[in-house]
Amino acid sequence: MINYFPEEVLEHVFSFLTSHRDRNAVSLVCKSWYNVERFSRGKVFIGNCYAISPERLISRFPRVRSLTLKGKPHFADFNLVLHDWGGYVYPWIEAMAKGCTNLEELRLKRMLVSDASLELIAKSFPNFKSLVLVSCEGFTTDGLAAIASNCRFLRELDLQENEVEDPRGQWLSCFPDSCTSLASLNFACLKGEVNLAALERLVARCRNLKSLRLNHAVPPDVLQKILARAPQLVDLGAGSFVHDPESETYNKLKNVMQKCTSIRSLSGFLDVNARCLPAIYPICINLTSLNLSYAPGIYSKELVKLIRKCKKLQCLWILDTIGDKGLRVVASACKELQELRVFKSDPNDVGNAAITEEGLVAISAGCPNLNSLLYFCRQMTNTALITVAKNCPNFIRFRLCTLDPITPDAVTMQPLDNGFGAIVQSCKGLKRLSVSGLLTDQVFLYIGMYAEQLETLSIAFAGNSDKGMVYVLNGCKKLKKLEIRDSPFGNMALLADTGKYETMRSLWMSSCKVTFGACKSLAEKMPRLNVEIINEGDEMEGGSDDRQNVEKMYLYRTLVGPRKDAPDSVWTL
Amino acid sequence: MAKDGLGLEIELTLALPGGGGSEASGSMEKKEKKRVFSEFSGEETNTAKKNKMVGWPPVCSYRRKNSFSEEEGTKMYVKVSMDGAPFLRKIDLSPLEGYSSLLMSLEKLFFCYIGEGESSEYVPIYEDKDGDWMLVGDVPWKMFSGSCKRLRIMKSLDAKGIGLHAKDLLEGISIEA
Repeated sequence: MINYFPEEVLEHVFSFLTSHRDRNAVSLVCKSWYNVERFSRGKVFIGNCYAISPERLISRFPRVRSLTLKGKPHFADFNLVLHDWGGYVYPWIEAMAKGCTNLEELRLKRMLVSDASLELIAKSFPNFKSLVLVSCEGFTTDGLAAIASNCRFLRELDLQENEVEDPRGQWLSCFPDSCTSLASLNFACLKGEVNLAALERLVARCRNLKSLRLNHAVPPDVLQKILARAPQLVDLGAGSFVHDPESETYNKLKNVMQKCTSIRSLSGFLDVNARCLPAIYPICINLTSLNLSYAPGIYSKELVKLIRKCKKLQCLWILDTIGDKGLRVVASACKELQELRVFKSDPNDVGNAAITEEGLVAISAGCPNLNSLLYFCRQMTNTALITVAKNCPNFIRFRLCTLDPITPDAVTMQPLDNGFGAIVQSCKGLKRLSVSGLLTDQVFLYIGMYAEQLETLSIAFAGNSDKGMVYVLNGCKKLKKLEIRDSPFGNMALLADTGKYETMRSLWMSSCKVTFGACKSLAEKMPRLNVEIINEGDEMEGGSDDRQNVEKMYLYRTLVGPRKDAPDSVWTL
Repeated sequence: MAKDGLGLEIELTLALPGGGGSEASGSMEKKEKKRVFSEFSGEETNTAKKNKMVGWPPVCSYRRKNSFSEEEGTKMYVKVSMDGAPFLRKIDLSPLEGYSSLLMSLEKLFFCYIGEGESSEYVPIYEDKDGDWMLVGDVPWKMFSGSCKRLRIMKSLDAKGIGLHAKDLLEGISIEA
């Protein structure tokens, strides 16, 4: 009966479907539903830009308005992948410029974005509203100038942790006077100077501006003027926060801060004088999100004084200078905490600033709503992890990183298998897990047994044998991304269940025990996987000795075969 | 990654020849990594071990570049005093590219205008390794940053009295380029 509904009705019904999974399911019902759905799909998420080609995307979804693309594998963040590995966005922009000019929103992560790409975006999409670039590189502020100049309805320009060259252009001044639509502007990662007067004018005329994250070049006196013009801000990233607490500027800043009662999210403080932090105290009570992980040199005492006032905090990113003692204060003050990330303040500092399992246990006891954790620590124990698992059964993301990657339980000197086992057993909704410390195959047995919802697993320096990896591949039915480095998994594990890889987005293995021969036979067997071998230097000179270990392998499912833009050092089998 | 010349490792072991990939690959670094972690004998210091690990701890490269303190020796903090200011500041010379950046940084620090012209109110001077007070801008930047022990932002009027002129500073800067 439902087939007799006119298409307009179906389209209207489908317009309420926002999740990809729902829409994918709907398009499988029958041909007519497939067609109605594909013409009405506005948002597309592509987790691996090489899994599909832009042409095929556009031919299936000709009315795409929002596109999210991810390029390099995650371990590229840690310098394990060459700069020129790939992930170029230009072909996507080119294809969209020809076939799909309705594009309004582009969100890119770990992609290579050239100024030419940005210029093409600026020219080709008259309704372009939102550009979000995360961990991208290859562009300069010239490209940003093109976006600013030409995108008349730009609502969002969000640059997160990108490497951007700044040839001292005046990109910010390129926003024309007629641009009043900005709601979100984040340029905290830019290294260069900005035209401060242009910034002030821009803020003054964009009455809808809700989110503003400044870079280090914006001094406190300008911050004060900006806040005076934009008390409606909800999200603020302060640039430089260094000034004399006795000064007039500081006084003005304190006064204007008190009026910023809408601010819920605070970040930045890229350069900070801790004695100036009291200026923020009035808004702490409203904060739900605080990121001080880029604020250098705030000592634990001052951090603690500040955080103590943030009673409604849900998300906290800080440096390990906070110490276990400071984490105990967080546990007692921030009862609604859901996400905690504690980063290393100095990679070479073993002793002083590092935190231990005690801080984590305290947090778990005080913050039962905790569901997302990233924790760089000096040491860990099974007892602590078991306690954490009991206190916080709601973890969705659990990422632990010990300074020494194979450190055992600090008290018993045993592997940390049981601790992580408790985590996966207790946290039935766990989707993302990074393990660390001395770990045997046993931990993978637990993961395979209990981590039913696990989608992403990161393994480093762990396990004893192929069995470990096989437990994971067999057990984790929802696994999408598996990334492994420096672990003794070899050919038997790699080839144990080759069909599994077509159900996953990707597999990364580096410094493991898989050989060329095994990779080649996998590639032959599975034509819908791209099996890439990455070679730095001259490991390939000896020819392809099948028994030779592969240094880095990255495989991913794809509908479009081997890519054509791989550099010489990347070999697709 | 360092590799030995021939790409081969001749090592006497009790294992069968050709068995296992790591011996055949000939990568010196990989060997060291494996030796470090499978024979955890504690011979090497923690720092030495860590330096051999690419990408550990897993901190993303943007964060690494932007928040970690660099190794000792590359930071060059010097005290800066300004006539009339109640307390001193410190400035790091190492990330600065030249005198123009230095002036800009000093101006930001003290909210004053030092500038490069006759009309400027202030003149920056520095104490060098020998303990002498010198006008900023005479010597090449690298020589300056290597020998500068502390800075002082002096009022022009006082400086003129001793014979230093802002004009000299201007000349120093244009030569530096």
